[in-house]
Amino acid sequence: MSTEPIDLSRNGNDVGTIGDRLARYIFFGCAAVTIATTLAIVLVLVNGATDFFSTVSLTEFFTGTDWSPRAADNPSFGVLPLVWGTLMITVGSALIAIPIGTLTAIYLSEYASSRVRRVVKPTLEILAGIPTIVYGFFALSFITPILQQIYPGTGTFNAAAGAIVVGVMIIPMVSSISEDAMSSVPDSLRNAAYGLGATKFEVSTQVVLPASLSGILAAYVLAISRAIGETMAVTLAAGALAQVTMNPFAEIQTMTAYMVEIGTGDASVGSIGYQSLFAIGLTLFAMTFLMNVLSMWIRSRYREEYQ
Amino acid sequence: MSDQTDGRLAGVRSALLSIRPNANDGSLTGTSGSSNTEPPEIAAASSESESVSRQGSGADSSASAAASTQPDAETTTTSESGSGLAMPAGDKPLGSPRVDNAVIEARDLDVFYGDTQALHGINMDIPEKEVTALIGPSGCGKSTFLRSINRMNDLIDVARVEGDLHFHGKNVYEDDVDPVALRRKIGMVFQKPNPFPKSIFDNVAYGLRVQGKDDNVEENVLTALERAALLDEVEDQLDESGLDLSGGQQQRLCIARAIATDPEVILMDEPASALDPVATSKIEDLVEELAQEYTVAIVTHNMQQAARISDKTAVFLTGGHLVEFDDTSKIFENPESDRVEDYITGKFG
Ligand SMILES: Nc1ncnc2c1ncn2[C@@H]1O[C@H](COP(=O)(O)OP(=O)(O)OP(=O)(O)O)[C@@H](O)[C@H]1O
Ligand SMILES: [Mg+2]
Repeated sequence: MSTEPIDLSRNGNDVGTIGDRLARYIFFGCAAVTIATTLAIVLVLVNGATDFFSTVSLTEFFTGTDWSPRAADNPSFGVLPLVWGTLMITVGSALIAIPIGTLTAIYLSEYASSRVRRVVKPTLEILAGIPTIVYGFFALSFITPILQQIYPGTGTFNAAAGAIVVGVMIIPMVSSISEDAMSSVPDSLRNAAYGLGATKFEVSTQVVLPASLSGILAAYVLAISRAIGETMAVTLAAGALAQVTMNPFAEIQTMTAYMVEIGTGDASVGSIGYQSLFAIGLTLFAMTFLMNVLSMWIRSRYREEYQ
Repeated sequence: MSDQTDGRLAGVRSALLSIRPNANDGSLTGTSGSSNTEPPEIAAASSESESVSRQGSGADSSASAAASTQPDAETTTTSESGSGLAMPAGDKPLGSPRVDNAVIEARDLDVFYGDTQALHGINMDIPEKEVTALIGPSGCGKSTFLRSINRMNDLIDVARVEGDLHFHGKNVYEDDVDPVALRRKIGMVFQKPNPFPKSIFDNVAYGLRVQGKDDNVEENVLTALERAALLDEVEDQLDESGLDLSGGQQQRLCIARAIATDPEVILMDEPASALDPVATSKIEDLVEELAQEYTVAIVTHNMQQAARISDKTAVFLTGGHLVEFDDTSKIFENPESDRVEDYITGKFG
């Protein structure tokens, strides 16, 4: 046993300490950039929206059902038609993506052989990597013509095509995150059920699904907020006519599609049309932010509790 | 919450001592009166035909043919019981691997994981309503053998089974056998406690519900908990999560879950490996008690435990060979194999 005292003092190794500090600053710097960017975005949005709301009342904006910002004599700024358009796309795409994505995840996690899984999972992830503008073209040139065959009244631009294509677009998100959640359920739980004479279907639905519920719900929420924020595909497929309609084959406009229209159009900086971008941007931000909070709440509320 | 629990208990308490959770299962065979010639109903409903094509059946395939042609010394014993399968001479372990009252008979059973062979030509019987201990060094294939009895190996992608495993004379690897039905007759307790993330009550009730034994669920759950020596500790918290129990309690919960559905055979894979001496001895008592009504096969690393609780002992040694199988007293007092003696006395393994 050594009797020599060991040097544990703080400056025992200057190089290490400096390197350590440096690394710390770099890591902190990167984290700070992310946070600062988020804050800057919120500030810019709030700032622009304040200008907007000095002209248009909050009540008109949030309860008005007429969105005609460019009407020459009497422009109207009721956001509900745009919110309605976004909701139609979101709900429609969720109706497509959630069942298909969940069943795909169950298939991949519980039924597929590892060979099938090795092929299908990457294929699905390729689907997620296709630029959304391509999806928009696909809707316009493929889905809408089919819809027109089925229902002749379908417009060139229509909500249904937008919802379908966004639904297809977010399937990989639902299936891939859900599949991750299901395959992290330990085999010991599956074995417990199989050992009691449960069938594969019972194991999937009664053991694996409940045990991975929080991950699956989080996948839904993330996919839905992706659908809310989706822009290019819906602009191309669903059109630019802001209206509250129950007809899925009619043209609509989503919040994002309006922002594309104005942002790339001729609205001059400082005009009321330009300022409305900030109000809508802020509303969108609030919606997706709420979805993310919801997803976090779900995760903590239904924490996977297996060992 | 505890009111409700008390209510549940009150109605059932009196019946606990005498009742077995058996009543509504008409299809079980051989639980009473023991006739092990009667084939259990494990065939898939669709296929009536006696399929002979089985997974990789080797040269000495058909068991009945083997019984009539092989001049094995053991066949005399066989004919006495009117059932049973002759043991191929090739891989016959030392000792007396044939028993009169066999429920499970492994014949030339090989198990592979991919290209590696984990079990080599296992030949042994598991007697009815006795405790059979499986001992041997780590990695010698004890768990593999246990899993091949109720076809849990089916769930492992790379696992492949060759040879025969008979349950009441029926080869469970034939095509018309439904592994789900088989597992309802042959319950399992795993090495690591694996309760579901559900309440204590629902854990035990799960098997009953899955198997459609929906009558008297509460009564059967409480009886199973009582028999697993757990009821006294948890009767006020039946609605709490099974995961909140201690390791030893969880393992007894898993045992209760396995016996609640009243299987014929219970396979236990080192059920006490993670437990302290008190919990261990509770489980040992339980195993001995279970053997009055159930056939028990138990893997253990603990020699004293095997000696204490088992009637028969099978010694597996490295490489996946069954070296000796005999009465437990014979194995521990006077084994035929020197390697078994060395293993038991702690000289290796
Ligand atoms: N799922 C698996 N995939 C591949 N090989 C496996 C698998 N399970 C077991 N094996 C191999 O089969 C052999 C026997 O394993 P098994 O688990 O049956 O041993 P064991 O006797 O139960 O050991 P222990 O006492 O440590 O539990 C080992 O060599 C092991 O590596
Ligand atoms: Mg093992």
